[in-house]
Amino acid sequence: MKTFSRLSIPYLIWLAMMVLLPMLLIAFYSVTDSGNGIISFTFTFDHFIKFFTDRDFLLILWRSLVIAVKTTVICVILGYPVAYFIANSSDRMRNGLILAITIPMWINMLVRTYAWIGILSEGGPLQSLLEMLGFGSHELMYTEGAVLLGMVYNFIPFMILQINTSLCKMDKSLIEASADLGADKVQTFMRVVFPLSLPGVVSGISLVFLPAVSSFFIPKLLGGGQFFLIGNVIENQFITVGEWNFGSAISMIMAVIMMCSMYLVRRLDSRTEGRVSGSRTLPGGRLAS
Amino acid sequence: MKKEKRIFGKLLMGAMLIFFYLPIVFMIIFSFNSGKSLTHFDGFSLRWYERMFNNREMMQSLYTTIIVAVIATAVSTVLGTVSAIGLSKSRRVIKDVAMQVNDFPIMNPEIVTAIGLMLLFITFHVEKGFMTMLLAHIAFCTPYVILSVMPKIRSLDPNLADAAMDLGATPVKALTSVIVPQIMPGVFSGALIAFTMSCDDFVISYFVTGRGVKNLSIMVYTMSKRVNPSINAISTIVVLIITLVLIIINVIPVIKEKREKKRNEKVIA
Repeated sequence: MKTFSRLSIPYLIWLAMMVLLPMLLIAFYSVTDSGNGIISFTFTFDHFIKFFTDRDFLLILWRSLVIAVKTTVICVILGYPVAYFIANSSDRMRNGLILAITIPMWINMLVRTYAWIGILSEGGPLQSLLEMLGFGSHELMYTEGAVLLGMVYNFIPFMILQINTSLCKMDKSLIEASADLGADKVQTFMRVVFPLSLPGVVSGISLVFLPAVSSFFIPKLLGGGQFFLIGNVIENQFITVGEWNFGSAISMIMAVIMMCSMYLVRRLDSRTEGRVSGSRTLPGGRLAS
Repeated sequence: MKKEKRIFGKLLMGAMLIFFYLPIVFMIIFSFNSGKSLTHFDGFSLRWYERMFNNREMMQSLYTTIIVAVIATAVSTVLGTVSAIGLSKSRRVIKDVAMQVNDFPIMNPEIVTAIGLMLLFITFHVEKGFMTMLLAHIAFCTPYVILSVMPKIRSLDPNLADAAMDLGATPVKALTSVIVPQIMPGVFSGALIAFTMSCDDFVISYFVTGRGVKNLSIMVYTMSKRVNPSINAISTIVVLIITLVLIIINVIPVIKEKREKKRNEKVIA
């Protein structure tokens, strides 16, 4: 017994060094002045004050949150019916479709995002198509739309897979029971299927929203320099400007936003989870857990 | 009415698949373009592939990606599996705290993890380059291995190791020939996740690298400022490799199953 517990000691040290210490360093840098060594430093909240009193930074933060919310909403609206379709297909078809959705996820994100540049660029197929359909000639690259498209493209598979899993786990006899009790298709969906699939939707939302807020290469590749998000600001502070302290402060702000939204999602999740497990106390489920 | 619904579903599903694959197909087609344009196809040529193979920076980045992924996967799989076994036998408090901390790199936005590691290396004057990239990859891969191994260990009989040792196995022997084989599926899927995470990573690598060490993602990011169809070529090769690997992974079990079935039929006959 004791012999085995000692096996975890290297990893405990590793966690302290490579996970906890970096987090503490961000916190440390965010409240100290630049140019100070690790031995001599002065505390200051200037970086946070600078961020929250600058209209531009607040605007960028707001814009990042808005685009992440838009991405999430689109992913739910488009992803749900697709997941529903997959869940109701035959076994063979379902496996095939899931594989078809996962293959692109295996390809490097940068490569997949880069692939859109050709389609969206001036004189590209999408622009010509829109022109042919009579929408007129629009600039597609380097717009908010392009960034939104890139985000939906990168993150929607997570949403589809999460919802699909929760739909497949659902006990099919509940649907029959609902029909036997006189509910029509729409009622069954609204009152049985949809509520039971909510945990999947919720975890899908956290898998889409969180990376969307902090993403910085999608706006850089598809939005050009025109469309700055909070991730780009952090990148800029560290790579171009070299203001680590200010960059750390922004990272802290972002980490706090993440934690808050995680907390909200978790609470939402536990509420739906409670409701679901209340209706799922079947002998089979007991045995499985 | 039901049929109508399926038609709507089929249309949406089809549109979604087109959405997923259109850019990839487009990219593959244009990697064979003889012109430099990304929108107008001038004719077939292998010009960009030639350029790619002659571009040392590109080949180097492909090499770096693979080497980092292989080493990081190997190290994080061993470290993760051993630590998960250790943690499962540790005191509850230690285990709970360790699992909480283990969740940090998974929950945190990548950019925050990246900056933390960058500050760590800078503060302790570790020169950024290949080593730092490798360390960072091990740091963000191991938590996933632990997460995928842990449930398998939990489903084991807790007395398994003791039983083996009562029967005369040394602790090492009990570990390698009793426990590890039982949790192998978890270890394998953990390794697979680690490998893909490492290959796919951009954000963390970008912040912790230095001295011109680039992986594929960083290379695409820095080169995409100018039109460069060689990126299409190297991407096509990446897509090809991944598709092949995925097909092999998915086809092997099917073939095995068929063979087994045949063998069983023979036995019955």
